[in-house]
Amino acid sequence: MSEKFEPTIIGFTCNWCSYRAADLAGTARVKYPPNVRLVRLMCSGRMDPTFVMKALAGGADGVMITGCHPGECHYIDQNYKALRRFLLLRRTLAGLGIEAGRVKLVWASAAEGVHLAEEITKLVEEIRALGPLNWPKWDEQAEHQPEPALEVAA
Amino acid sequence: MSAEEKTPNKKPEKIGVYVCHCGSNIAGMVDVENVAKWAGEELAHKGVVIARDYKFMCSSLGQELIEKDIKEFGLDGVVVAACSPHLHEKTFRTATEKAGLNPYMCELVSIREQVSWVHTDKAAATEKSKAILSGGVHRVLFDEPLQEMKVPINPNTLVVGGGIAGIQAALEIANAGFHVYLVEREPSIGGHMAQFDKTFPTLDCSACILTPRMVEAGTHPNITLLTWSEVESVSGYVGNFNITIRKKARYVNEELCTGCAVCIEKCPKKIIDDVYEAGLGYRKVVYTPFAQAVPKYPVIDRENCTYFQKGTCKACEKFCPTDAIDFEQQDELFNVEVGNIILATGYDLFDARKVTNYGYGRLANVFNSLEFERLSNAAGPTNGNIVLRDGKTTPKTVGIIHCVGSRDRNFNNYCSTICCMQSLKFAHLVKERTGAEVYEFYIDMRTAAKAYDEFYQRVLEEGTLMVRGKVAEVTDAARQPHEEGKLIIQVEDTFAGKQRRIPVDMVILSNGMEPRSDAKETAKKFGISCSADSWFIEKHPKLDPVSTMTEGVMIAGCASGPKDIPTSVAQGAAAAARVLDKILQKEVALEPIRATVDEEKCSGCRICNNLCPFNAISFVDDLAVTRINPALCQGCGTCVAACPAGAISGTGFSNEQILAQIDGLLMVA
Ligand SMILES: Cc1cc2nc3c(=O)[nH]c(=O)nc-3n(C[C@H](O)[C@H](O)[C@H](O)COP(=O)(O)OP(=O)(O)OC[C@H]3O[C@@H](n4cnc5c(N)ncnc54)[C@H](O)[C@@H]3O)c2cc1C
Ligand code: SF4
Ligand code: SF4
Ligand code: FES
Repeated sequence: MSEKFEPTIIGFTCNWCSYRAADLAGTARVKYPPNVRLVRLMCSGRMDPTFVMKALAGGADGVMITGCHPGECHYIDQNYKALRRFLLLRRTLAGLGIEAGRVKLVWASAAEGVHLAEEITKLVEEIRALGPLNWPKWDEQAEHQPEPALEVAA
Repeated sequence: MSAEEKTPNKKPEKIGVYVCHCGSNIAGMVDVENVAKWAGEELAHKGVVIARDYKFMCSSLGQELIEKDIKEFGLDGVVVAACSPHLHEKTFRTATEKAGLNPYMCELVSIREQVSWVHTDKAAATEKSKAILSGGVHRVLFDEPLQEMKVPINPNTLVVGGGIAGIQAALEIANAGFHVYLVEREPSIGGHMAQFDKTFPTLDCSACILTPRMVEAGTHPNITLLTWSEVESVSGYVGNFNITIRKKARYVNEELCTGCAVCIEKCPKKIIDDVYEAGLGYRKVVYTPFAQAVPKYPVIDRENCTYFQKGTCKACEKFCPTDAIDFEQQDELFNVEVGNIILATGYDLFDARKVTNYGYGRLANVFNSLEFERLSNAAGPTNGNIVLRDGKTTPKTVGIIHCVGSRDRNFNNYCSTICCMQSLKFAHLVKERTGAEVYEFYIDMRTAAKAYDEFYQRVLEEGTLMVRGKVAEVTDAARQPHEEGKLIIQVEDTFAGKQRRIPVDMVILSNGMEPRSDAKETAKKFGISCSADSWFIEKHPKLDPVSTMTEGVMIAGCASGPKDIPTSVAQGAAAAARVLDKILQKEVALEPIRATVDEEKCSGCRICNNLCPFNAISFVDDLAVTRINPALCQGCGTCVAACPAGAISGTGFSNEQILAQIDGLLMVA
């Protein structure tokens, strides 16, 4: 396997800022690597940590959470809630042995197409350096482990 | 509007997929035929029964294709892979609805902004397009038919900013028979235009064309004019905004004041007027900014008033024939309800002090553009005599420098659009009034509007000398005898291909426009966005220049970028037309993206109770469950993400939809 590792990254964007930043990067023809696939949410406050777990469990090597800059959330201050959830989530992931650097929080306003593209480019490189996330292996391992000796009445 | 009866929706079983070429915009970087073919085969198990690619999906033929398929194949879900949903989601949802399918059963995924325009490797771009399309198909399976919420539109309108753009907007709406609250923070409406003497390219007298408009706005039965006032806070949404306005204390009772101006005459204290007179003239402490001010009531400038400072004086009160002076007056806060808002807050002048090498603020006879406007104004501090800072000497040579602070990486990258024309206007006025020799220093001459280039030709014929080159420095350090006592302009003349030093008596800096220093705060207050420079961002720069991304909030004039008067007026009228269109529709459809609580599942933990930024969530004590008011909910989804019982669902962005989309996105390695 001498080929360059191409990570898959799922990006969560808010409808008002970061998704529009992605639109702007497009209209301005700013280039960035094709490894990120975006999901649109109405607000970063909608970011349920389950979505991140789902993405990592489903084969993503990294996750990018984006929203409006603090103080600029379309719904007043929900991005602060996103920030809190993000910090908590990182701790949970660390507990699972997943590198903190696989999940990143980025603020991008609707005018910051270039900034968003730069952050995506950076994250792709960072995750490339970390290598693939082999989440599915745990399931396999789990399967190979002997069943716990707990007999539930059939 | 209430929670619909919970019949579990049947999952879509027949899905149509449409991949757009967008001419070569997408097809140039993505193998669209391959993507469509792949979807037809690999997503058949998800219910894809038809997958097509087409040159322009948004064209009427493209839309008809979808409509025809919905009818012919009985499609119950549609996924279009094309441009950004912010551009054409509405188009495709409307087409879907036309064919009898609920519009929310249509998903638009972006393979243009997010793929073809930003990537350079065709194979990778094609694979990513498949992933994105697959995300859409997985998601559509969990889409639910939704109904738009209709809310009535309050027919009143708030216009913020009483410059020419705001005045125009207010008059259009008022003349159509609807009520306008026009809020202006200065004591008078008029904006920057009230400071000018002549306006390019026609050289009409500014006051002659502006004053009648101001008076009309001030006396119109449908306009409530609130000057010396500011918007304190905004709540609500399109059709139903609630605005809190602060009417600052004028210390003059408007009911009693007749505008006779005796108080102004009797006030013993004069201060430099930095606003209207651009620092060149004086005003009294009780003042109206200019003679034709609308309204005519003066304002007492509390900070400089001797009575407020030292407790004695009250000259104005003594002489006022109607007892209108009221030192006890307080700021007034009150609410108004409006359906729509137009922001016409204009611009600030770029501070020429920042360009230190041009010497403004240091070298007395360097003037900025607004100072020159006041200097040349017949009603200004010199009665229109163009003289040096000493107040009497007429200049014999004048240098006018273009693009000060504009088109300059160190300051603003943008072109202020009006500075070339304003400089030519200055050249004409200097020649006409003083006969002085005039030099213009320009980088490029930009005179691209009706009758503008003709004006340039006219100024050339009048004998103004044009030097092409960016001025390096303005200095008073003479090197040669003929430079003594002069300001020397050091410039590389790019036509002559040499450095020149040109001595002049007076320098006029054509400084450009900047966003209002508080533009970001204003944008935040009204929930709209600003560019990195802080100009308000229009919904679409070409096709929708007076709307914003926030429904019900329009923009007009220089608040969204530098403009001349004709364009500002046109935008004021256009924004008014937008508002009238909404008012006449009487109601507005709101996106049905709302959160609802399944009371069966709610455990009453109250975790969500304090999360909502709009206070839409309340707790029903009797039943020990939480409820959400759909009229207040704006659909951010924070509570949905927080509920540990999964009791809250967010329509349009449900957990099922998002989780399925993630699955779909990851289907392609
Ligand atoms: C030196 C100079 C010369 C010019 N000469 C010409 C010319 O000859 N011909 C021409 O076509 N154009 C000319 N222009 C351009 C012209 O000034 C503008 O096109 C025009 O004034 C823009 O009008 P506006 O209503 O958008 O903004 P403004 O005139 O800036 O008015 C905005 C108004 O909003 C108020 N406001 C701002 N913020 C708030 C707030 N938060 N709450 C309440 N009120 C607020 C302000 O007090 C102001 O009254 C010139 C510009 C300059 C700088
Ligand atoms: S968080 Fe969920 S369970 Fe708790 S009160 Fe709110 S809706 Fe009910
Ligand atoms: S979705 Fe947002 S706005 Fe709606 S009730 Fe929940 S927290 Fe409030
Ligand atoms: S709307 Fe962008 S973070 Fe809330």
